[in-house]
Amino acid sequence: MTVLQRERARVSNIRPRSHTLHRLRSIGGRALHLVAVLVLVTLAGTALTDLMPGSPASIILGPTASDEAIAALNAEYGYDQPLLLRYLQWLGNAITGDLGVSIQSNQPVVEVLLQRLPVTLELTVLALLLSLAIAIPAAVYAASRENSMFDRIVSGLASGFMSVPVFVIGVLLVYVLGVATRWFPVAGWAPLSSGLAENLHFVFVPVLALALGEFPAFYRLLRSDVISTLREDFVQTATVRGMPRGYILRRHVLRPSSFSLITVAAVAFGRLLAGSVVVESLFALPGLGSLALQSIPAKDIPMIQGIVVLVAVTYVLINAVVDATYALLDPRMRRI
Amino acid sequence: MTVTLEDPATRPARTSRPPRFTLTRRVGFMLAVAWIALLTLLALVADLLPIPAIDEPVGGPSIPPFSGEGPLLGTDAIGRDIASRLIHGVRISLAVGVGATAIAVVVGVLLGLLAAYTRGAVERIINVLTDTVLSFPPLLLLLALATVVTPGVPTLVIALGFLFVPPFVRLTRAAALSQLGRDYITAARSLGAGHARILFRELLPNSIQPIISYSVVVVALIIVIEGSLSFLGVGVPAPAPSWGSMIASGKDNLTRAPYLVIAPSLMIFLTVFAFNTIGDHLRRRIATGGES
Repeated sequence: MTVLQRERARVSNIRPRSHTLHRLRSIGGRALHLVAVLVLVTLAGTALTDLMPGSPASIILGPTASDEAIAALNAEYGYDQPLLLRYLQWLGNAITGDLGVSIQSNQPVVEVLLQRLPVTLELTVLALLLSLAIAIPAAVYAASRENSMFDRIVSGLASGFMSVPVFVIGVLLVYVLGVATRWFPVAGWAPLSSGLAENLHFVFVPVLALALGEFPAFYRLLRSDVISTLREDFVQTATVRGMPRGYILRRHVLRPSSFSLITVAAVAFGRLLAGSVVVESLFALPGLGSLALQSIPAKDIPMIQGIVVLVAVTYVLINAVVDATYALLDPRMRRI
Repeated sequence: MTVTLEDPATRPARTSRPPRFTLTRRVGFMLAVAWIALLTLLALVADLLPIPAIDEPVGGPSIPPFSGEGPLLGTDAIGRDIASRLIHGVRISLAVGVGATAIAVVVGVLLGLLAAYTRGAVERIINVLTDTVLSFPPLLLLLALATVVTPGVPTLVIALGFLFVPPFVRLTRAAALSQLGRDYITAARSLGAGHARILFRELLPNSIQPIISYSVVVVALIIVIEGSLSFLGVGVPAPAPSWGSMIASGKDNLTRAPYLVIAPSLMIFLTVFAFNTIGDHLRRRIATGGES
């Protein structure tokens, strides 16, 4: 073995292993990694109060509070205990579905979260679906006619929209669709219980604002992936065999081109879950984001911790699921 | 034993060169650079310019821009000069965007190089920490942070810098791993180079290109996040004129004075667009092998 070969082997760390053993090890490693991340994420949620200058109770109660009242509140919420103890206590309660009690409203945090979650979920899911519904056909069509007029116009629009923050899109949409034309309400919310049409009427503009903010990333990614798939041999073969262009695009090109889109869409779901706060505040929607905003001036720490942990854990789990299902979607990944 | 080292300079020329940059793309890049240069200059000399202070009324409320009376770009709802507030807003956006990115790049690159070079336990720990920070959507974590500390430019720079470390760790690690197997590293090691020399004189310069183009895009991302936070009222506190808070205060007067929203919206769009254009251009330049 030459120096070079030995060095290369050391760097690439190639060791022949049996297939099943390797698989089991990688699944075990992934599970361990997932647990470590979840522990750290929830620990960070508990450690939030340690960043405060002074004790949490003195900030919650304000500068006029007496020392006894501060000490009493610190003791009630356990803020006078060391971090590790607080964390174990929080974890024990969280496993039984208890995330504490809101300082602002005295309601259990879990109850309030479950009340607000459907609004944010509806916003997020609809926005994701709408942006994919715009991005996928546009990207496939633009990629199949690279440098055509359509491609240039939509790609230009996509880079433009990528540079407009959601709050700017939102305010402009309010102006155009709410104030100037009066087609849609400027703000407010109708729950599903008051009818689907009514609900969609209120949710449309916020969803459009979020979707316009997300679609450029999806469009650009899928367009470039479709372009590179179109250069593959199997596409040439299909073309030579006389298959119609549309059929090739739908049946041969779209699936192998959409793997990174799926990952990015999963990441976008987590981002939207948190990013909907801007839209919720602008349109006065009763979701998780506006809940977070209301909890900030009230220094409602248990509530904020609940929201942060809920969103972060959801995000971690979604990513883990996407990672795990990769092999199901892409047969080429199964052999690795 | 013969070792042939591949020399990048003598690599065979590509047979089919990707298309060169079109004129529009070049002009776009030039304009973007000019815009950022102008903003940087304005941010640096904002205090020396003969413009009114950001918090003092200079005329009647809500004078429209280019109306012939009052300041050039008009006044806001309480009679403050819009142009002056926009210019001071540049300072906030650039300070937060560039400051936070600088922290993220320095910390991220160091950790990424370390992860790629050491492998093993150190790499695993860095990976777990990176994934943990990545699982917090930035906007949400900053909202949570706003509950416990008073927001301001320094807080935002540190918090955003910290939150954007993970992407740089991943990017650097990937770039460095692809370089580690190359022969020039082996050559350096055979010549007796120490760890520090290999890390900073060999690996770093050869892995830095994607990091530079990505960091320009991150500046744009951070400017948007700062704007969103100020829009929500939990970013830079008043009366400091962040573009986001200018839009937030203008949105209640959309019917009578839409320009109060349009002016800062245009500034934020042009700035973010300029940074994205520069980032895209640099990325393409790397992809086509330094050709521009």
